[in-house]
Amino acid sequence: MSELLKVPTMAEYMAQGKQPEVLFWVGCAGSFDDRAKKITKAFVKLLNKAKVEFAVLGTEESCTGDPAKRAGNEFLFQMQAVTNIEVLNAYEVKKIVTACPHCFNTIKNEYPGLGGNYEVMHHTQFLKTLLDEGRLTIEGGKYKGKRITFHDPCYLGRANDVYEAPRQLIQKLEAELVEMKNCRKNGLCCGAGGAQMFKDAEKGDKEVNIERTEQAMEVKPQIIAAGCPFCNTMMTDGVKAKEKESDIAVMDIAELIANAQDL
Amino acid sequence: MPYLSNIIFAILLITGVVFFTKNVKKLMRNIRLGQNTEVSDNKSQRWKNMAMIALGQSKMVRRPISGFLHVVVYVGFVIINIEVLEIIIDGLFGTHRIGLKVLPTSLYGFLIATFEILAVLVFITVIIFWVRRNILKLARFWKSEMTSWPKNDGNYILYFEMVLMTLFLVMNATDTTFQAMNAGNVVSQFIAPWFSGLSESTLHIIERTAWWLHIGGILVFLNYLYFSKHLHILLAFPNTYFGKLKPKGELNNLEAVTKEVKMMMDPSIDPFTAPAEGAESEAEPVKFGASDVQDLNWVQLLNAYTCTECGRCTSECPANQTGKKLSPRKIMMDTRDRLEEVGKNIDANKGVFKDDGKQLLDDYITKEELWACTSCNACVEACPVSIDPLSIIIEMRRYLVMEQSAAPVELNNMMTNIENNGAPWPYNQMDRLNWKNE
Ligand code: SF4
Ligand code: SF4
Repeated sequence: MSELLKVPTMAEYMAQGKQPEVLFWVGCAGSFDDRAKKITKAFVKLLNKAKVEFAVLGTEESCTGDPAKRAGNEFLFQMQAVTNIEVLNAYEVKKIVTACPHCFNTIKNEYPGLGGNYEVMHHTQFLKTLLDEGRLTIEGGKYKGKRITFHDPCYLGRANDVYEAPRQLIQKLEAELVEMKNCRKNGLCCGAGGAQMFKDAEKGDKEVNIERTEQAMEVKPQIIAAGCPFCNTMMTDGVKAKEKESDIAVMDIAELIANAQDL
Repeated sequence: MPYLSNIIFAILLITGVVFFTKNVKKLMRNIRLGQNTEVSDNKSQRWKNMAMIALGQSKMVRRPISGFLHVVVYVGFVIINIEVLEIIIDGLFGTHRIGLKVLPTSLYGFLIATFEILAVLVFITVIIFWVRRNILKLARFWKSEMTSWPKNDGNYILYFEMVLMTLFLVMNATDTTFQAMNAGNVVSQFIAPWFSGLSESTLHIIERTAWWLHIGGILVFLNYLYFSKHLHILLAFPNTYFGKLKPKGELNNLEAVTKEVKMMMDPSIDPFTAPAEGAESEAEPVKFGASDVQDLNWVQLLNAYTCTECGRCTSECPANQTGKKLSPRKIMMDTRDRLEEVGKNIDANKGVFKDDGKQLLDDYITKEELWACTSCNACVEACPVSIDPLSIIIEMRRYLVMEQSAAPVELNNMMTNIENNGAPWPYNQMDRLNWKNE
């Protein structure tokens, strides 16, 4: 931990009569889940480092409604969406970045129909642009030469056809990117999507996250890179269930980049 | 009666076509039982998808072996059917190999040679397909929904094709004038010797029999389609045209809900005063989600008729892979079966559906299946003909939650949390930024 995190809110920007470059949508997991909070902080460190003028909604942020919508509760979803859109539009938000593919998908694809039109980026896409613009440098550090496999989040990959940004970032770490048999379009779900995160699985002979962890283990990675707080939890649990937590770390790409530079 | 055979042929042909038209009409009627949906946008992309995915088989070849084999049968099927044109003209006008009269012998020979080679390739491929299904027992053809009719249907089609290809080759092999011409008989010249001991007239009888059975078989096949997963050879085209263009992750926003939410959120509208538009108050209350096929939209119903039962979706489904009951292929098959049942009900009751105490939900698709889906879109990605099983699953969940409040307890808790604290967990919204100082 070096210096304190700078996390201004939209309200603070507004009070100064300024607009941030981008709104960081933290999401419920990023705000409350202990594991995901680390990802949030790692991403903020990178934003601070790259001197990005960003803001969060803080206590004005609320669930996007994704789990409600996928569970079939369109009412609750639209109530959430309309409320969030009112807040976002009041702040005249133009650009949003989020570290959660579910928030990303919902705001990008499902909010426009309800009056919320923004440019929405997943944090890996955003980091990639920072890199391309020369605002952020990525170095391998302790990850140089490590075997890393990337687990495609369904809501980033298949749902929105984003496959390359996370991979390009991993390669910038000078790491050895190894692909699972099922990757990109054919990536296997971690088991959390569609509101499954919040309930027990139906009767079957295996948990989905175990199946996916086994697929990852086949390529003998030292690190499983994730780009979604829910995948992160599922894969972490999977690695634990396989008693491999001392050999395989599950890390978000933002964490990898931040840790590599000891931020 | 010199024209007897022409007349019999015409009757056969007309009967086949009439029945086929009837089937098509029934098919369209059933599909129209679905709700309206907006698909008139982005025509150029839609044509492109149809050209690539249906005509170009772009998604089939994602699995190289079955994809390649399928392309062989597909190309063979389409091209060999040019020959049917000649058969029909010959049949109606009593000519014999009319092609020879209008085309130069070399070109005619070239065409028939192509057909013969393709016929052999199709024959071999169909045998490989049969072996994959029945001897190698590929897992996706042996799931629980692939018993009885679906299993037999798959095999019947293979037998059908074997017989049709054989008849075509035998017909050519026993046509003595065609063999004597020695143009285009690249395959049949090797079959001809099997019949060498037979007299001219016997050969003629065999040739005629093969000819009649061939065209008869094709007409039967045409009418078999409606009852079979083979309907995809026609419906793959409209289905890929009307397939989803939006990002896969995007679920539609229910308009009826939007109206109500806007009402609730807008303080200027008093929900208790009489509604502004008189028409709306008399309209039936909207039903949210789907409990039966009529609640689905017509593209979803078209999807159901198009399903080839190939099981690519199911084999990629994380729920199915881990032993859950959910199989996206079964979702599509159930939808079709129920739609057929509803269609028959309408036919039996003079054009109106009479409640039969059954529905798609529970009687066909169980809650257990619906709740096992992770909405991962693997099924949608895998489908070679642009079917979207996930959209049906979501539509049925909507019914369960919004009309029946029948979500699993844990999901109800999650939703109560979102309602009360704006997060799926019981944390206070006021604590949302606490991570900053932790
Ligand atoms: S979206 Fe649902 S049905 Fe389709 S593959 Fe994923 S879990 Fe299976
Ligand atoms: S839905 Fe598509 S992938 Fe699934 S069985 Fe039918 S045709 Fe095959």
